[in-house]
Parts: sequence; structure tokens; C-alpha cells
Amino acid sequence: MSGNDLKAELIAAVESAYQNGEKLRIRGSGSKFFFGNPVVATPLDVSAHSGVLSYEPAELVITARAGTRLSEVTNLLAESRQILGFEPPWFGEEATIGGTVACGLSGSRRPFAGSVRDFVLGINCINGKGEYLSFGGQVIKNVAGYDVSRLMVGALGALGVVCEVSLKVLPQPEVETTRVLEFDDEAARTEMIRLNCLPLPLSGLSYHQGLLRIRLSGTENGVRAAEKQIGGELDHEGDVYWQDLKEQKLNFFFRNQSLWRLSVAATAPALNLDGDCLLDWCGALRWVYTDDSPDAVFAAANSMGGHATLFKADSGWPQGRFSELEEPAKSIHSRIKSAFDPKGILNPGILYEYC
Amino acid sequence: MKFAARKTQSGSELATELRAIVGSDAVLTDAVSLRPFECDGLTAYRELPLMVVLPASISQIQAVMKACSRRQVPVVTRGAGTGLSGGALPISNGVLLSLTRLNSILQIDADARTARVQPGVTNLSISEAVQHLGLYYAPDPSSQIACSIGGNVAENSGGVHCLKYGLTVHNILQLKVVTVDGELMTVGSESLDSPGFDLLALMTGSEGMLGVVVEILVKLLPIPPVAQVVMASFNDVEQAGDAVATVIGAGILPAGLEMMDSYAISAVEDFVHAGYPKDAAAILLCELDGTIEEVEDQIEKVEELFRTGGATGTWVAKDAESRDRFWSGRKAAFPAVGRISPDYYCIDGTIPRRELGKVLVRTAQLSEEFGLRVANVFHAGDGNLHPLILYDANNKGELEKTEELGNQILELCVQVGGTVTGEHGVGVEKLRPMCLQFEDAVLEQFHRLKAALDPDTLMNPGKAVPTLARCAEFGAMHVHQGQLPHSDLERF
Repeated sequence: MSGNDLKAELIAAVESAYQNGEKLRIRGSGSKFFFGNPVVATPLDVSAHSGVLSYEPAELVITARAGTRLSEVTNLLAESRQILGFEPPWFGEEATIGGTVACGLSGSRRPFAGSVRDFVLGINCINGKGEYLSFGGQVIKNVAGYDVSRLMVGALGALGVVCEVSLKVLPQPEVETTRVLEFDDEAARTEMIRLNCLPLPLSGLSYHQGLLRIRLSGTENGVRAAEKQIGGELDHEGDVYWQDLKEQKLNFFFRNQSLWRLSVAATAPALNLDGDCLLDWCGALRWVYTDDSPDAVFAAANSMGGHATLFKADSGWPQGRFSELEEPAKSIHSRIKSAFDPKGILNPGILYEYC
Repeated sequence: MKFAARKTQSGSELATELRAIVGSDAVLTDAVSLRPFECDGLTAYRELPLMVVLPASISQIQAVMKACSRRQVPVVTRGAGTGLSGGALPISNGVLLSLTRLNSILQIDADARTARVQPGVTNLSISEAVQHLGLYYAPDPSSQIACSIGGNVAENSGGVHCLKYGLTVHNILQLKVVTVDGELMTVGSESLDSPGFDLLALMTGSEGMLGVVVEILVKLLPIPPVAQVVMASFNDVEQAGDAVATVIGAGILPAGLEMMDSYAISAVEDFVHAGYPKDAAAILLCELDGTIEEVEDQIEKVEELFRTGGATGTWVAKDAESRDRFWSGRKAAFPAVGRISPDYYCIDGTIPRRELGKVLVRTAQLSEEFGLRVANVFHAGDGNLHPLILYDANNKGELEKTEELGNQILELCVQVGGTVTGEHGVGVEKLRPMCLQFEDAVLEQFHRLKAALDPDTLMNPGKAVPTLARCAEFGAMHVHQGQLPHSDLERF
């Protein structure tokens, strides 16, 4: 298989940074560089450490170096009619698989198929001492040792430099279609919850400004039967809608304002915030533009059993982009960080000041 | 020095303190009362704890943990005790914390498709409690009648439907955990993700080493309207393995896909008469579920793929009755083997499916070399192999020989790119093959991670992750063929 093996160079770079106490900012292609608290440190570029290492469609597993482009992975899987089940947002043509795992973001399929962490089987990474460590493996069922692979997902590189990733993949659905129905805000949330409790081949439930979109994925007859049951109109532009939602290219996302991501219970009522809100994940994910204060946004998420993230900040935003943790989780985060990165050199402060 | 202090400490002071917390009937100290707790499902390992404590609330658990922490007394948490790796094996100078009294389903939210449950609730009773709502809890370990959801979380339990529906980690949303020093921590949330590190994933499958799981919010799924099973027989085990690959390669994700070899087939057939072809070298059971239309689309396709893949016969169970009959054999595989042998030892390695032929051939060779019979049942969809080694514990040295054979099978699983445990956990049983699977630096990282949550190694010490010293010791043991004195486990 093609690609570049920069493992030795990356280990040497982290080792030397550990010796010198030099702080590192891990970087893939930079497509999701906006995500997380700003970190000022020496760049460590992982994007050239690339290449698919193994892929066997019948095993439903792919292993690739962190810098491998999502485009390469996606195209390779498509040849065998398989997909990444968590539908990762790219946010750039050069997006890498390592960055995808480190950021832990999943697309509209997430409530139905699972999140990126659900599909991670193994991760090889370099900890803050420059040690190269292999966690998990390439098999679907594996309970040997602590599940560090999944702990790394969404840790934004704070626990280790992700170098290799093994992911479970899924068969591409035979048929995929989108129905669109008109509802007001409250009725739409009720309808999403109702549909979500039925045995339907759902793969997307999103709502914005009067339109509820329902994506169905499955076998030909399975999808046709579900279409009849659900009603509504066929959305001829359905594929484009889900793609643009995932990549934040819908008109909704073109604003000169900070974008908030609220992850809440799907059954939560309308947010008590002024502004515009788009629902994904059957209502469990809410993209929000608001003039309300950050404290009000964090409080709103908290009151609905969830949390908020300042996803894209307008310029000059300071730290504090994630909902605060409480004790004892806070101290435990700090101690876990030290267990992997004793000198705090890997993406310091990217999640919180203490990890 | 700390360990010496633990040894000499009087248990009665602690018992008095704990009785004040949980009530006098909830602290057991006499040998007769302790006896039922001496082992879990892995009965080859037994040890009496210092005492058994049976708390009835989270606040009691917090107080118990505070007391034990202050006195530096180790704690082993136990659910239903059905685990197969000795994860709940007591420690002679430690408290056995039994969570069976926390057995309530606290809340069912049909709209959110969740149930909030206490750790002592059995796996199956969750599905039973929500069945009238058209919902169920997906992970179904074979012990689901008896095993507790808290134990499922500790072991990240699976079952026969993992390929499609995932393990415990994929089916829970939130945990309440009591830390070693008695603090209450919530990990995960009612939403689909949480800020910070994924402690929910870390806690799941951590075998009681990082905290006590005291409450669980599980995810429920709509019951599929239809489930049908195709059975296929093969004259060759490898051909059956290839047929599995063909089905998955064709884009079909079965709810369950199980294989049994001829030895397991005949044991089962004699026992439950499931209608399996006794002359087959292997059979496959493939369950497809979903809406009527989805299942109809796929069932014929699977049957056709099996036929072109060399199946000597295929049978479709279209109704619940015949489906149950097909499954009855697979589900009875362990007891069926138990019927023809005084004892059996279950291995839990997972392998990349492509290596199946190689692993089965080598297993058969090892079986011959050791003079011990091996029956194979296999979660073929996800590569999780359960060779059952038949032995008689009354024959001197046969258990040791069995463990050595098991160890060599697990070595083989690691060599072909697999793992030493797919769903049963490491416990005390698989410490030795863990040394084979993980490099020293990784084991040390595991220990540093444990220390971040349990700095004094009080929670289930000596389990799940071997120390480097222990691995070195195993290296020496290898020569002497497993004369492992289990009582030294507490010396960590």
C-alpha cells in the first residue's frame, strides 16, 4: 500500500519536545483547526504520515496512518460498496483520518449507526513521553486492557499523537432516499421522537424552519415500505442537503457570528435562547446562532441534560469553548492527562486549562 | 510496607464501621456466609474475602468506599457473579462489595428510548420491562437471565448480536460511578456525547479497576418486527468461514452469525435435538432482522450465497418456533458440552475471520498433542472464537494442562492479529496471555491510567492488567507449566 511512514520522525520530535519541555500543537491538514481552544505552541505536522495499511472488505476493518486523507479512505471503501458509518464531517478536501478521530465529530447518521468512537477498534499513538503505544486492535470484539483507543477519540490530541487508526466500516446501504414534511417547531420534535421509536430504516432526522427531513437507508423494498409509512414528499435534493448539513454549507451556516453546538437529550424542548436553531440527530444535536451570552448558552444546554461547545468562534474569542466539568471529573481529567503527558506538552489547554 | 499494614490490620474494626453504614445484616464475616462468594463463573479459582458487604444505596456505597480507602483495604466489586474470567474473585484481605441489593429499574423513558437502572438489575429483565413499549436492550450475553447490567458494564459484555448492535459500550449513555475515595461522579450524559475525555468508554470494560458503577442509563432499541434464521451445513470448516466472508462482503449485516464445528454439533444434537445435520463438519446460523421487506430482501440472498459457497444443505426458519429451535442448539452449546464432560474450560479469543481455517487446524493439532478434546463454537460474524476444552478436574494435573492448552490457543489468536479476550474479560484468568498481547510500555501506560483513578491500587487489585514483574514471572512459569499459586494475587 502507498503512503509515507514518518513514525520514527514523529517519535523523535515528541521525545525531543519531552526532553526540552517544549509544547507542541499537533496538526493534520488543518481542516478542523478552528475546533477547540486556541493553542500557541510549536507545530507538529502529522499530515505527511499517511497511507492505508490494510483493508479487507469482508473483515469490515480498515487501518490507516493518521495523515491519510478522508478522500482516499472514502474512495477506497466505495470500491467495495462500504462506508464510514459515522459519516464524518470533512471541513476541507484534505481532511485526515487522524484529525477526524482526534476531533471525534460525527455526522447525521450518528444516532442510528453510531459515533466515530463507536467505530474505533484500535489506535497507535505517541504519548507525551515519546513512547509509541498500540491500543485495541483490528478485531470488532476486544476487551483486553482499558479501552484507551476510544478514550483518545475526541481528546483533541491531548493524550497522544494519533498515528494509526483501525476502524470498523459498514456496508453501503443499497438504497438511500430523503422524505421532506412540513411541521412547526414543536410538532417536528414530537414527530422525530415518534419516528425514532419505530423500527424504521432511519439514517437521518433533521429539522429547520418548517421542514422536517427524514433520510432512509436500507434495502430497496425496506426503504419503499418505510416511505409509504412516513408519507411526505420525496426530496430530490436530499443527498445535497445531508452533504451540505454535514459540511456546514447550508445557507443557515453562512453568518458572521459565532456558531454554537448543543448536544442535548433528543426529547429536550425548544432551547430557551434567542436566535436561529437547526436540529440534527433527531433533535439531540442543535446548531445555534444567538446573541445571548455564552453563560446563557452553557446554562441552556446544561438544563437539558447536555452540553454546549463554541464550535466556530468569531475572531478574538478567548478560552472556554466547552461546558465546564465538575469535580471529581475535573481532577480525574487532570490526572489522566498527566498519566499520558506528564509534562503537558501535547496540545496544552485545547480542552480545558488543566488538560 | 503498605501491604504489611493491610495484613496485620484487624478486620473486626472495619466490620464494625461498615455495619454502622449498611446495617448488621449486610456485613458477612463468618466462613459459611462467605462461601457462596468465593468465586464467580470461573470456579477453578476460589478465595474467601475478609468480609462481604451488601449496600442498598449509592450513599452507602460512598461511605463504604470512604472507609475502605481510609483504612487502605482493597475492594472487589461483584454483580451477579456470572463472569467467566475471575474478575469478581475475592481477595483474602479485602472487602467483597456485592451490588445485588441495588436491583431496581429506576425510570423508563419511552420517548427517549432509555432506561435508568441500578447495577444489580439483570440484563434480561430490562428487555422484559420495556417489551410492552416495543423496545428492548440489545446486548444479550448468554448468561442474560442471571447476569447483572453492572457486571455487563464492567466487562463490556457482548452476545450473539454484536456485529450489528454492538457491545455494552455502544448501548449505554451514562454511568454514575463511585470513585475509590467515595466521591460520586457522573460520566456520559442524556445526550449522545459529553465534554472532555470519553470516560464512559474508559469505565466500560474496566473490570471494576477504576470505580464502582452504581447507576446506568441504557439505550433501548425498537424491537425489529421480523427476525428469520438461515441454517447452512458445510463439509469443510474453512468453506463455512469463507461463506461468512461472502455474506458480509455482499453488504449484508446479519443480526447474528454463528458457527459450530462437528464436535459441538453432535454434543448439542444429542442434548436438545435442534435438528442440526449431524454429519456436517460445520453449520452456520445466520439471523436477519428488520422490517418484513428488509428481511425478505436479504434472506433469499443469504441462502443463495450459502449454496453457491458450497453449503450441503440450507434451511430457513420463518416462524418464531422454528427460529427458537435453531437457536436452542447454539444457546445450549455450553451445557451440552458440560453434559458429555465433567468439566469444560471456555476460551474467548478473537481473530480476524480470514485466519479461521488456520486457527482451527492448529487448535485441532494442539488438542491432539495435549490429549484434550476441544469443541468449537464461534461468533463467526465478529471473529470471536469460543473453543471449549473438555477436561476432568478430578484427574490430577488436568486443569493445569487445560490452562496451558488454553494459553497456547490464545497465543495463536494474538499471533494472527487477534486478541486474548473478545467479551469475557481478563480477570485473573488471562493475565498471562495479556503479557503476550501487550508490550511493556503499554502495560505501564495502563497502570499509570489506573493510578490516575486509583492511586493506591485498592480497586480489584491484581486483575485485568498484569504487572511487568508478573509477566516476567509468567515467563519462568512457562517452563514449569502453570504451577501458579493463586493465593499470591494480593501481593501487588
